[in-house]
Amino acid sequence: MPLLAVNNLHTFFKTREGEVRAVDGVSFTIDRGTMLGIVGESGCGKSVTMLSIMGLIELPGRVVDGSAVFQGRDLLKLKGATLEDIRGHEIGMIFQDPMTSLNPTLTIGTQITETLRRHLGMSKQQARKRAIELLQEVHIPNASSRLDDYPHRYSGGMRQRVMIAIAISCNPKLLIADEPTTALDVTVQAGVLDLLHELRSEHEMAVIIITHDMGVVAETANDILVMYAGQVVEHASAYDLFDRPEHPYTEALLEALPQVEGEGIRDGRLRSIPGRPPDLIDPPKGCRFAPRCAYAGLDDCAVVQPELREIRPGHWVRSRHPASERVAQPVGVG
Amino acid sequence: MPTTTGEPLLVVKNLKKYFPIRKGILIDRTVDHVKAVDDVSFEVRAGETLGLVGESGSGKTTSGYCVLQLLKPTSGSVLFNGQELTKMRKAGLRQVRRDLQVVFQDPYASLNPRMTVGDIVSEPLLVHDIGDRRSRRRSAEQLLEVVGFNPDFINRYPHEFSGGQRQRIGIARALALNPSLIVCDEPVSALDVSIQAQILNLLKDLQAEFGLAYLFIAHDLAVVRTMSDRIAVMNRGKIVEEGPAEEVYSNPQDPYSQALLAAVPIPDPRRMRERRAERRKHQDVLAESI
Repeated sequence: MPLLAVNNLHTFFKTREGEVRAVDGVSFTIDRGTMLGIVGESGCGKSVTMLSIMGLIELPGRVVDGSAVFQGRDLLKLKGATLEDIRGHEIGMIFQDPMTSLNPTLTIGTQITETLRRHLGMSKQQARKRAIELLQEVHIPNASSRLDDYPHRYSGGMRQRVMIAIAISCNPKLLIADEPTTALDVTVQAGVLDLLHELRSEHEMAVIIITHDMGVVAETANDILVMYAGQVVEHASAYDLFDRPEHPYTEALLEALPQVEGEGIRDGRLRSIPGRPPDLIDPPKGCRFAPRCAYAGLDDCAVVQPELREIRPGHWVRSRHPASERVAQPVGVG
Repeated sequence: MPTTTGEPLLVVKNLKKYFPIRKGILIDRTVDHVKAVDDVSFEVRAGETLGLVGESGSGKTTSGYCVLQLLKPTSGSVLFNGQELTKMRKAGLRQVRRDLQVVFQDPYASLNPRMTVGDIVSEPLLVHDIGDRRSRRRSAEQLLEVVGFNPDFINRYPHEFSGGQRQRIGIARALALNPSLIVCDEPVSALDVSIQAQILNLLKDLQAEFGLAYLFIAHDLAVVRTMSDRIAVMNRGKIVEEGPAEEVYSNPQDPYSQALLAAVPIPDPRRMRERRAERRKHQDVLAESI
């Protein structure tokens, strides 16, 4: 049984112009101790998916349909105290901005011990001792003396490490990391990603990492979910996704990435995807990628929405023209 | 593509920019300095791109601003087309700016929200008193066409457009006076990958067409690689390594450049282990930036 099974999740936001279908039928599962990467561009619904699961969607947004079964319980049906017990205890979370996630008026120590006392009922001394261990675990130098510092004395990377320490303090079975390194410099990012990897294997903790960066998922995740316009368009193991991407969007996204290694980079051109993602108030009737797709023909693409189907064991794709079934060359943007 | 012949267009020598740290309530005194740019020298030749890459606080943007004279350097020399910019007055600088333009990072903040697209793009012509109303408008239309922005939208306002489209407006404005050098300060860092590719391709096309030189400032090592003929790596106000792009990236000499390149996530899961091992080798340097 998977640790978390999300099924047919729909989250909409009411606006004056109409209802925005931010997450529109997302399903996936994650097993114990594995790392799932959710990747996509701004507005694809990757963060809203996670916020929905955690019960953190506020008006005018609302989860209209679906389920998220975590260890036998549907998180979307839980309320108040029960949900709060799971959040922070069995599921840890870290967010993009380590500058604003910590309270500037409380010491780092207070903010870590708060969680330990709230969820694990530790005494003040016990919590303090455990807090030092946690800071050591996330590789903060001189942990015991830095416990009484205020957040402004910590750099961005160190603050994100503190956030990770708080998130793992109750030994969660699942850690959700929403763009955990986006605000960080590349050398600091590398350290934080390596730390997540290390903690995952030590604690047998499942991790969901949400990012816009294909490099970040490639270096961390076992399985990858590619999202586009509120839907999952491809879901495969990391190896299979990068070796044999099937969805025209995934292919284009990989070719649009500038490379650090190789020859003739300077003189080459990047592949760009024409146009931009669709309006989610009134999304295209057929395939949501069809207006930008090089393979969308005069067939059903513009009219009938393709289903997410298993093209080979463990590799799911939502397209009528996946790479391995293509005979013809691109017919031009249709 | 690089035309690395002849005199360099821009020669920066021993550039320094120190920001004072002040203390005291009644009596203001300077207790120390932040050495944002600390003795930096580089050259850009006509038609080529020099990439200036570094992490936050490395001094890359401050260097760019000192070249443009948007910040007054503490000391050092900035020679552009043989003219010393650091000693110039306003009127002289205005003339120089016909040839020396800039594209900023944030297309949401760098365009005046009260001006129409047409007015934004033709403003440089107005400032330099070139042509009349009608010819400026025609120029604006042509410029928009060149950057792939539909000239039918010339009377609209910037907020009506996405980040990528706005950056096209900013590029059209920079091109208006037919400059020989454009300082690009993080021009694609606010954009998604698919849009980023469109803008990078556009910058490459414009360079080929108009023989532009770029001083291309960015934190993303892959983006800098794809744009640059030569690359200078900055760390803590200094250039730690400079050379042809291919050389710097395939065989970095400085320990910081080595660590920086090892830290870049590569979109290939098969190399995850190898990359992690590579990073462990540079742990000393990386530990400084925890």
